[in-house]
Amino acid sequence: MKRKLEISELIFKIISYLFLTVFAISCLYPFVYAISASMSGRSAVEYSQVVLFPKETQFEAFKVMFSDNLFWNAYSNTLFLTFYGTLWALGVALLGAYALSKKRLLFRKGFNFFLVFTMWFSAGIVPQYLNYLNTQKVFNAVGIMDDKWLVVIAMGMAAMNIILLRNAFEGVPSEIEEAAIVDGATEFQILSKVYIPMCKSTIATVALFFGISRWNGYYWARQMISNPSERPLQVFIRLKLEEYQDPEQMAGWNKSYASDSIIYALIVCSVIPILVIYPFIQKYFAKGVNMGGVKE
Amino acid sequence: MKKQLASDYLIYDEASGIYKEDAEQAVRDDVEKHQWLNVVGIIARDWRLYIMLVPMLLVFLFWRYFPMYELLGCFKVQDEVKTVANQFYLGFSNFKLLLSGSTTLSMDFWRAMRNTFLLSFYGLCFGFPMPIIVALFFNEIRSNIARSVYQVLTYLPKFMSTVVMTTLVTMLVKQGSLTTSMGILSQLFVKLGLISAEVGNAGLLNAPNFFRAIYQISGIWEGAGYDSIVFFAAIIAISPTSYEAAQIDGAGKMAQMRYVVLPSILSTIVIMLISRIGSLLNVGYEKVLLLYNQNTYVTADVVSTFAQRYAFDGGLKGLASAAEMMNNVVGMLLVISANTIARKASNVSLY
Repeated sequence: MKRKLEISELIFKIISYLFLTVFAISCLYPFVYAISASMSGRSAVEYSQVVLFPKETQFEAFKVMFSDNLFWNAYSNTLFLTFYGTLWALGVALLGAYALSKKRLLFRKGFNFFLVFTMWFSAGIVPQYLNYLNTQKVFNAVGIMDDKWLVVIAMGMAAMNIILLRNAFEGVPSEIEEAAIVDGATEFQILSKVYIPMCKSTIATVALFFGISRWNGYYWARQMISNPSERPLQVFIRLKLEEYQDPEQMAGWNKSYASDSIIYALIVCSVIPILVIYPFIQKYFAKGVNMGGVKE
Repeated sequence: MKKQLASDYLIYDEASGIYKEDAEQAVRDDVEKHQWLNVVGIIARDWRLYIMLVPMLLVFLFWRYFPMYELLGCFKVQDEVKTVANQFYLGFSNFKLLLSGSTTLSMDFWRAMRNTFLLSFYGLCFGFPMPIIVALFFNEIRSNIARSVYQVLTYLPKFMSTVVMTTLVTMLVKQGSLTTSMGILSQLFVKLGLISAEVGNAGLLNAPNFFRAIYQISGIWEGAGYDSIVFFAAIIAISPTSYEAAQIDGAGKMAQMRYVVLPSILSTIVIMLISRIGSLLNVGYEKVLLLYNQNTYVTADVVSTFAQRYAFDGGLKGLASAAEMMNNVVGMLLVISANTIARKASNVSLY
């Protein structure tokens, strides 16, 4: 009896290791391949001789890309959108979530519903686009001609993140707040001196959610930003890919590296910053998922 | 008697023969009379709290609720100059046009509806169980270091943007030509006998038959590791004594799964399932948009991409809004019903 037990467990264990190893390799391999292909010579890439390590190593693709002003523009635009976008969204979310976490707030249920309803029903792309066009007109009338600000302020707010923050704030014991009130603290002081320090890790997680979605944002940035020098990196990558897929544009390709290498080099450059900070932020992400339970 | 006339709050008590004050009525009337004064008073006393709400409310009003107002354009005559409020009322003719089933446009719409449903449904069938299985496998790995390595690697694709992910997919299954060979993943598939060399050479993304598979597999590749976190957290919360008890009773690995693990993580599964069903019609349009092309509209075109193509390329904004309206209303009904059923059946609810 005992031995049979061990065999079934052993088999399961072996399957687990096997499956996870294959899965982990499949997750890592495309990035390794991208790095190798971006540094390999033309014939090696075009005839798919690159499997794991670079062949006929060249750095021309990177050099050409680094000498492209639009690439650096795209990079700085992405940094701009990520920084100000996260700051704006987090600020709005913190204030709103704090107010919503207070039981004494009038019409609290109504405000909550106002948020949650946007998770149930969204207007869709076309009405959103038309609405952004209106916003753009208003922004331009006020004198903000830079479409980046439109993307920062109008896009990327998520009800889910506010609810995460609200739940965290609700978990803070009310005695601490009462003590602060006795000491004469105003709402803003209570928020900044009590709640924010006590919910640091949740706030970090939510900030990360906002940041990643800003860094990765593509669709609306492409739709709303018309000036080529204001485009973020994701849009830049996509346009390069479309250019590359156009046979007419690629007909006269006579460089020493394959046209694919440019695309792979772009992928590598856009992924590297995330890979660098990934080990530090990974634990917050794991945390965020587990906080995801929504209640009302 | 005089006193009774002066006040409505005194009632004559027959038994004792004296006037009594009706305290409850007094309070009720007082509240009624001063209700709105009270609201103003409460808000004035706590004005800082309400000021904090304002930015959030404005953001949601302007960029979540105004689009819903804009959506009403689907009932109106399309007009480039007038705003939605001033456009002429048209009624349901946009909807009739879409649903009629006889025109090309209507057939495109039905195709998009079908694709939307199928992509989500396959996602539910194949994409949903995967993270649970991965979590079960993670649980088998006792060494913390090894497990961390596996976790870090399998979460990785989730951090890539949709653009980077789709670009990678596009490159890995790209078409071949006389001077270049096909993408490395296509080559692998040809070697394994999954696809023919012709299909590989024509580009896997140009083959309508493979779009759904590519969509689902890339989705699993992207999310299975990361989405397993929730289930894994539920599994490691199971007390080791439960396993021991089952082992003493002679339960093998499968029996332990069936009688120990599954019941313990059932509520987590239900919650995740509800949220999944809730977003059943919210297909990631960005991903479809980045992966599909004219050759694969047959299987790839979903309502969002249909709508944005007709609106931005064809100029039919009213029709496109009508299409999205239908999609989103059905989606909302799904969320609400999934939630209600779950609440009734298991006392677990999401909202």
